[in-house]
Amino acid sequence: MASDRIFGLVMLFLALAYMASATQIQTSFLADPVGPRAFPMLIGAVAAISSLVMILRPDPDPDWPAAPTFVALLVAVVVLVAYAFALKPLGFVIPTAIAAGILSYQISPRPLPAVAAGVGLSVGLYIVFKYALGLSLIGFPKGWM
Amino acid sequence: MDLFANLALGFGVALSPFTLMLAVVGCFLGTIIGALPGLGPSNGVAILIPLTFTMGLDATSALVLMTSVYYGAMYGGRISSILLNIPGDEPALMTTLDGYPMAKAGRAGDALVLSGVASFVGAFLATVGLMLLAPMLARVAYLFGPAEYFALYLLAFCTLGGMASNNQAKAALASCIGLAIAMIGVDNNSGMPRLTYGNMHLMDGVDFLVAIVGLFAIAEVFFFIESHGKGSSIGVKLDKVRIPWKDINETKWTMLRSSGVGFIAGILPGAGASLGSFMAYMSEKALAGDKGGFGTGVPKGVAAPEAGNNAAAGGALVPMLTLGVPGSGTTAVLLALLMTLNITPGPTLFTDRPEVVWGLIASLLIANVVLLLMNVPMVKVFVKILMVPAWVLLPGVTMISFVGIYSLSGSYFDLLLMVGFGVLGYVLRKLDIPTVPVILGILLGGNMENALRRAMVLSDGDAMFLFSSPIAIGLWIFAIVGFVAPMFMRGLLKRPQAVTD
Repeated sequence: MASDRIFGLVMLFLALAYMASATQIQTSFLADPVGPRAFPMLIGAVAAISSLVMILRPDPDPDWPAAPTFVALLVAVVVLVAYAFALKPLGFVIPTAIAAGILSYQISPRPLPAVAAGVGLSVGLYIVFKYALGLSLIGFPKGWM
Repeated sequence: MDLFANLALGFGVALSPFTLMLAVVGCFLGTIIGALPGLGPSNGVAILIPLTFTMGLDATSALVLMTSVYYGAMYGGRISSILLNIPGDEPALMTTLDGYPMAKAGRAGDALVLSGVASFVGAFLATVGLMLLAPMLARVAYLFGPAEYFALYLLAFCTLGGMASNNQAKAALASCIGLAIAMIGVDNNSGMPRLTYGNMHLMDGVDFLVAIVGLFAIAEVFFFIESHGKGSSIGVKLDKVRIPWKDINETKWTMLRSSGVGFIAGILPGAGASLGSFMAYMSEKALAGDKGGFGTGVPKGVAAPEAGNNAAAGGALVPMLTLGVPGSGTTAVLLALLMTLNITPGPTLFTDRPEVVWGLIASLLIANVVLLLMNVPMVKVFVKILMVPAWVLLPGVTMISFVGIYSLSGSYFDLLLMVGFGVLGYVLRKLDIPTVPVILGILLGGNMENALRRAMVLSDGDAMFLFSSPIAIGLWIFAIVGFVAPMFMRGLLKRPQAVTD
C-alpha cells in the first residue's frame, strides 16, 4: 500500500515538473501545428493521471529486503558509481578487480572466493576483450607501461 | 516463385563460412545465456549489442550473430526451467510446470530432449510462417500513413501494458517514463534542445542501449544481491541422455497446435513469447482435460509451452520487421540492434534491403538446425555451465555491461546513467511495474511523436485526421480494447502458480 502511494506521489511530482519544463521549451521559426511542446505535455499528463490512480488504488506492498540487505544494495550502487568514474583514469584491470570482488562478496559473503572472483574476472575479461575481441581497452593507468 | 528466389538470396548471404561460424558461436552463447538463471534473452542480447558494434562486424554478420543468440537463448531457457525449477526467462515459466516434476521423476534427460525437439518444431514453423506472412504484411504496411503509424504505436503500448502487467496504471506509467526519456535531446523538427537542463551530455538524448543494459542487466545484479544468489544449485541429477522417440511421437500434434497458437500470439504487437507459451499450455491443458495430468510431469505439458514459446519468438519478428513495432521485450532489444546498425525496419526494408531481411530469415533457419544438433548431444555440457555460481556470474555480467557501454561512447556519463537505470529497474520491478514498456517508450518515442506531428502537418492541425481511415480507426479500437479488456479477463486468465518443493 504505502510503497505504491509513495512512488505514485514521487512520479506525480516528476510528471508535473516535466510538464512545467515542457512549457519552457523554445520554439523556432520552423513551426509545425503541433510544435515541440505538445507531445511532452501529453506524456506528462498521462503520467500524472497514472500516478494518481496508483495513489488512489495501490497494490499490496512487495517484500522489501531487511535493513542489512539495503546497506548491501547501497554499497553496490556506490561501488558501481565509483567504478564508472575510475575506469578512465585507472585503466580496466585494477578497478574491475576491486569492483567485481566487492560485488561477489555482496552476493555470497565469503572473502577468499570473492577475491579470487574479482582477480580472475578482471584478468580473464581483460584478455578476452583485448586479445580475442580486439577492443581497444586501456589496461593500466598511464605511465605504468 | 518469388519466395524461393528470395530464399536463395538469403542463403547466399548466410551460408558463407564466416557467417556460418558466427551462427554456431551465436547459438552456443545464446543457449548458455538462456540457460543461466538471471540472464534471459533480453539481457543477453542487450549486453552483446555494444560489443558486436565495437567489434566492427558488418550489418549482416552482426544480425546473424545476434539472431542466433536470440534463438539460442529461447532454447536455453528450458534447461534451467527443467533442472532448477527456475525459469531462465519469463516465457520459460510455463515449462517449469511440467518440466520440473518430470525431471524429479528421473526423466530429466527425456524432458530436455523432448523440449529441444518441441522448440525446434515451434521455431521452424514460425520461421516458415514469417517467410509467408511478412512480405504480405509489408505490402499492407505501404498503406500506412502517419495517422496509422501513430495509432499503431499506441496499440503497441496499450496491448503491451494490458497483457504484460497486472495493473494498467502501472503499465501506462512505465510507457510514459520511456516516452518522456525519449523526448530528451535535440528536437528533430525545430532543431532546438529539449529538456536537457543545460547538460551537454543530454544533447544527443539518452542512448537506448544504456537504458536497456541498465534496466535488464544491472537491475538483475541488485536482485541477486538481495537474494544472496540462493537457488542456483542443481537439485536434479541428469542421467544418460537418450532420445525419447515414443514421447516425441505422442506429442507431435501438441507441438503443431502449440506452434500455431504461439505464432499468432507472437504476431500481436505487445503480446510476445510469454503469452505464446501461456496460451499454448492452457489450450493443451483444456484439450487434455482432467485426465491429461497436466502439472504432474507429462510430456505434453513440456512440449506445448516450449513449442508455443519458440513459435511466438518467430511470430514476434513479423510486426518488428514489417512495421518496426516489436512484440516483446526481446524483439524490442532486437529492434534496438537494427537501429544501432542503421537499419530501419518497415515495409521499405523488404524492397530496399532484401539481402538483410532474407539473410536474417535464412540465418534463423540455419540457427534452428544448428541448435537442434547442438542441444541434443551437448545437453550435458550446458548443464555443466549451469554450475557457474552466481557470485562469479553476476559480477562478470556487470563488468561486461560496463565495458560494452563504455566502448560505445567512452564517457563516464553513460556509465552513471546505466547505473541509474539499474536502480530504476530494481525499484520498478519491486513495485510490479513492467520495465519492457519503458524500453519500448525510449525506442519508439521519437517515431511516435514524428508520426503525430507529420499527421498534423498533413491535416493542418485537424485532430480528426487521426481517425480518418478505416485502418486507423481499427487500430484505435484494438488499442482501447487491448488496454481495457484484460481488466475484466484477469480472473479468467489467471496464471497457474509455479510448482514449489
